[in-house]
Amino acid sequence: MQINIAQLLAIFISAVFVYNVILSRFLGLCSFIAISKETKPALAMSLAVMFVITMSSILTWFIYNYLLVPFNLTYLRTIAFILVIATFVQFVEMVIRKFAPPLYRFFGIYLPLITVNCAVLGVAVLNTDMFFVNGKAAQGSFIYSLFQGVCVGLGYTLAMLLMSGIRERLDLCDVPKAVKDFPLAFVIASIMSLSFMGFNGFRF
Amino acid sequence: MKKYFYEFSKGIIRENPTFVLVLGLCPTLAVSISVINGIGMGIAATFVLLGSNIIISLIKTVIPDRIRIPCFIVVIATFVTIVEMTMKAYSPALNRALGIYVPLIVVNCIVLGRVEAYAQKATVVNSFFDGLGMGLGFTLALILISGIREFLGAGKILGHTLFKGFEPAFVLGMPSGALLAIGLLLGFFNLIKMRKTCK
Repeated sequence: MQINIAQLLAIFISAVFVYNVILSRFLGLCSFIAISKETKPALAMSLAVMFVITMSSILTWFIYNYLLVPFNLTYLRTIAFILVIATFVQFVEMVIRKFAPPLYRFFGIYLPLITVNCAVLGVAVLNTDMFFVNGKAAQGSFIYSLFQGVCVGLGYTLAMLLMSGIRERLDLCDVPKAVKDFPLAFVIASIMSLSFMGFNGFRF
Repeated sequence: MKKYFYEFSKGIIRENPTFVLVLGLCPTLAVSISVINGIGMGIAATFVLLGSNIIISLIKTVIPDRIRIPCFIVVIATFVTIVEMTMKAYSPALNRALGIYVPLIVVNCIVLGRVEAYAQKATVVNSFFDGLGMGLGFTLALILISGIREFLGAGKILGHTLFKGFEPAFVLGMPSGALLAIGLLLGFFNLIKMRKTCK
């Protein structure tokens, strides 16, 4: 298997900055707006999302390459992926609850919420779109898929931490009642997205 | 009849999924670059909502409570796959424009939210009207946002230029414009609501 370093770098830059999951692809926006009020929960959510995205990229790659492609079932992609993700999240929740109660308290309710986080399914679908050519795995596609999962998680964490930092300070400001909370969060996200557009020049 | 009309109409304004419940924003923002995309997404989501609402209210008695979410997701994913394959066959251009956001209807909070909060407790006919109303509300919200974005960002509506010599603000066609538009619209609707309650 041949891995191209330049390709890895391109994936990193495009997943974290240019096509940031939240600010440019709008995946995982619900959790982004809902949980970014304080830094600590935001960090917990980001770490949970990063872990789940990475693991689900691995799992879905195996499912797609060894189950769906050989049996010509690629049209079942959506059903297969969402089932795998839902089962995996449930499983992780059970394991963490049993073996690491402090971690479970730290993640709290955010873990089950990840099942319906579009970023997880989005990355799985994106991986199969990008790294499978004509229904066949492209060279090194496993490593690329895994790496893209990690990078998208990093991009999510970056946006989440920036946003929660801004919103924590915003608590002290006097804002009009009508735009409090959600509307203002969207406007801030818009400005952040605008500044991330500066990375567009990096396109490979 | 009146009761059905109530179920149908609540999704359009009073409980509009986008502006009042603030659900399912990812596809709303991502596809609202042009009105055509918005309408296509709206119809696709309405079909999924309708189908999964009906099926789940039919089988609600046989679903065990503890594993209901995976059951719901399988039903929803089935309808999404139907939409995906139909779209690929009959309008490949729209399918390309909507891209990965078509399979992502599965995780659209509106669908799962309606099924969990409504269809698993209601009768089939009520669920049908609820799904139809919610779908229509979602489609109208999409048309509103995409109309604003297409008009201000490209100077067009449905691909037709309206005014000559109008300099479009390109930023509205970009991701940040979508976030700005939805933020200001939400603030606007909040303002209206507050004025109403003050009176």
